[in-house]
Amino acid sequence: MALMQKGRQQLLAFGSLAALVMVFGFLRPDTFLTTENLIGILQATTVTGVLGIAATFVIVTSGIDLSIGVLMTFTAVMAGLFLARLGWPLSVGIPATLLMGAAAGCTSGLVITRLRVAPFIATLGMMMVLKGLSLIITGARPIYFSEVEGYEDISTGSMLGQWLPGLPVPNGVVIYLLVALVASLLLNRTALGRYAQALGSNEEAVRLSGIDVGRWKVIIYALGGGVCAIAGLLGSSRLNSAQPALGQGYELEAISAVVIGGTSLAGGSGTILGSVIGAFIMSVLVNGLRIMSVADEWQLLLTGIIIIIAVYVDRLRQT
Amino acid sequence: MAANRRHFVMALALALGLSGTVPAADQRTFIPLIARGFQHQFWQSVKKGAEQAAQDYKVTISFEAPEAEWMVDKQIDMLAAGLARRPGAIGLAATDSQAVIPLLRKAKAAKVPVVAFDSGVSGDLTATTVMTDNAAAAGLAADKLAALLGDAGDVLLLAHDQVSTTGVLRRDGFLDQMRKAHPKIRVIEVQYAADPLKAAEVARAMVQAHPRAKGLFCTNEATALGAGKAMKEIRKSGLVVVGFDSGKGQKDLINEGVMAGAITQNPVGIGYKTVEAAVKLSRGEGVPKVIDTGYFWYDKSSMRDPRIAPLLYD
Repeated sequence: MALMQKGRQQLLAFGSLAALVMVFGFLRPDTFLTTENLIGILQATTVTGVLGIAATFVIVTSGIDLSIGVLMTFTAVMAGLFLARLGWPLSVGIPATLLMGAAAGCTSGLVITRLRVAPFIATLGMMMVLKGLSLIITGARPIYFSEVEGYEDISTGSMLGQWLPGLPVPNGVVIYLLVALVASLLLNRTALGRYAQALGSNEEAVRLSGIDVGRWKVIIYALGGGVCAIAGLLGSSRLNSAQPALGQGYELEAISAVVIGGTSLAGGSGTILGSVIGAFIMSVLVNGLRIMSVADEWQLLLTGIIIIIAVYVDRLRQT
Repeated sequence: MAANRRHFVMALALALGLSGTVPAADQRTFIPLIARGFQHQFWQSVKKGAEQAAQDYKVTISFEAPEAEWMVDKQIDMLAAGLARRPGAIGLAATDSQAVIPLLRKAKAAKVPVVAFDSGVSGDLTATTVMTDNAAAAGLAADKLAALLGDAGDVLLLAHDQVSTTGVLRRDGFLDQMRKAHPKIRVIEVQYAADPLKAAEVARAMVQAHPRAKGLFCTNEATALGAGKAMKEIRKSGLVVVGFDSGKGQKDLINEGVMAGAITQNPVGIGYKTVEAAVKLSRGEGVPKVIDTGYFWYDKSSMRDPRIAPLLYD
């Protein structure tokens, strides 16, 4: 039953995405529906899309992580520190960056479970701490990766394009989809996923069945932090620099994508596929409006209305 | 116990009071500089210039700014706190030139001269303004872009925001100059982006929507970096990109030929001249009403020119 409902939910989200693509394709056939623009949309989705995956895990447990946007920045800065300033090789610097992301997420998790601070406040605090740290470490200046061989290619190179010259899909997009695949398996096929969903629907029941609720929460926040670090690597690779001022506000875009994808903020149910579709709905919408030369102010207004409609329709379907 | 606490509070108050008078104690004039931001490289260079002048003129300065350029209220709090410290003069880059007026009146009443820097405040509440003529600088960008395009064709404009003084002046300065001096060039679209990642998406979509566009002007470092990276990604050729300010990322793009060149201000000069003017005013000396610190075009060939190189930052 639950599975069928989930299936229907994703069908609805996928239907909306397909409808958006068709509408823009109909209105601007020769500029919107080109390989180049579609690849542009894929590329534009990678950072918020990966952040959406990080957010999904936490939201499924009925928690929230407001620090993910800045956590992305913090990990980008750490990558800059390891790779550009200390000159570590990619094979060491990248795992170290992922670990830093997980450590930051783990800290949020510990504050929430051990100090019993509500997730909203704990992660709001973490957001400020991480922003402060990013500015302090960099001295409020970007760190450039110009000397780091191959860093720019992580996101913008195209290994796929070398095999299939007709399909120059950037590596960043491939990494995003691989992360989504692994995350989906984690959420649906492992104990971690089962506990995450159970925590969101009835935490007390989970506790009473003898499971260490605190430990699993910390693990889930740490996992979210590690995933944010992937977004940090992708974003900084694309700009070939870690920009300490960037990042705030990205958490809200990621959370919007998750909610549009049908995951309830009340927790208990959610799918990675839904969040991926949600992220694509957002970026297709923004790209399409830009292609149609709609002014910035109107883009914001329309995006806001569409988020509200998406969640409202989802609510209608559930009742 | 209660008495102890009272002693402690008194000691604390005394300590705070003492630390508040440190600038006076060593006879140095105190000049707080309140900027619009500190996270852009540009502001870091302004700060560098200000610190240099503080050393040369033997004064104490502070350099503060709200986290984001739109945080008008936070800047007003900083200005109020600066005034309360009885400074010799104040340097201010206003986020909102209207919102600061009540406090500037207060400063005037207290005979604290105010030096506006980077962006001006209308009226006679400030003693002088140290800044780049942003509209004229963007006009120079328009002239250079027009020349590179043979004075004809469609161009795009990517600005950093639609409310800040610099965003508006640079956008309108560019548009006006194109209209007035280059009638065969049409600016067919204006869009906005606040950070380099967003600028990359916006630039890609703009170029996609207007495949025949021949030029693109980006009004600050963040938009230029993002748009330049996006043009490199799609290997867009035949589009002339012109930027504003510098930064290693933008300089690299110019060296790689992705961008044709950019306008640089003189941020170190703005910081230096601001403190210099504040010092003179605090001694009762006169200064001109406007101190223009200049702006320059640079490209791959002139980047190492001894007159240009010191104005560019990494």
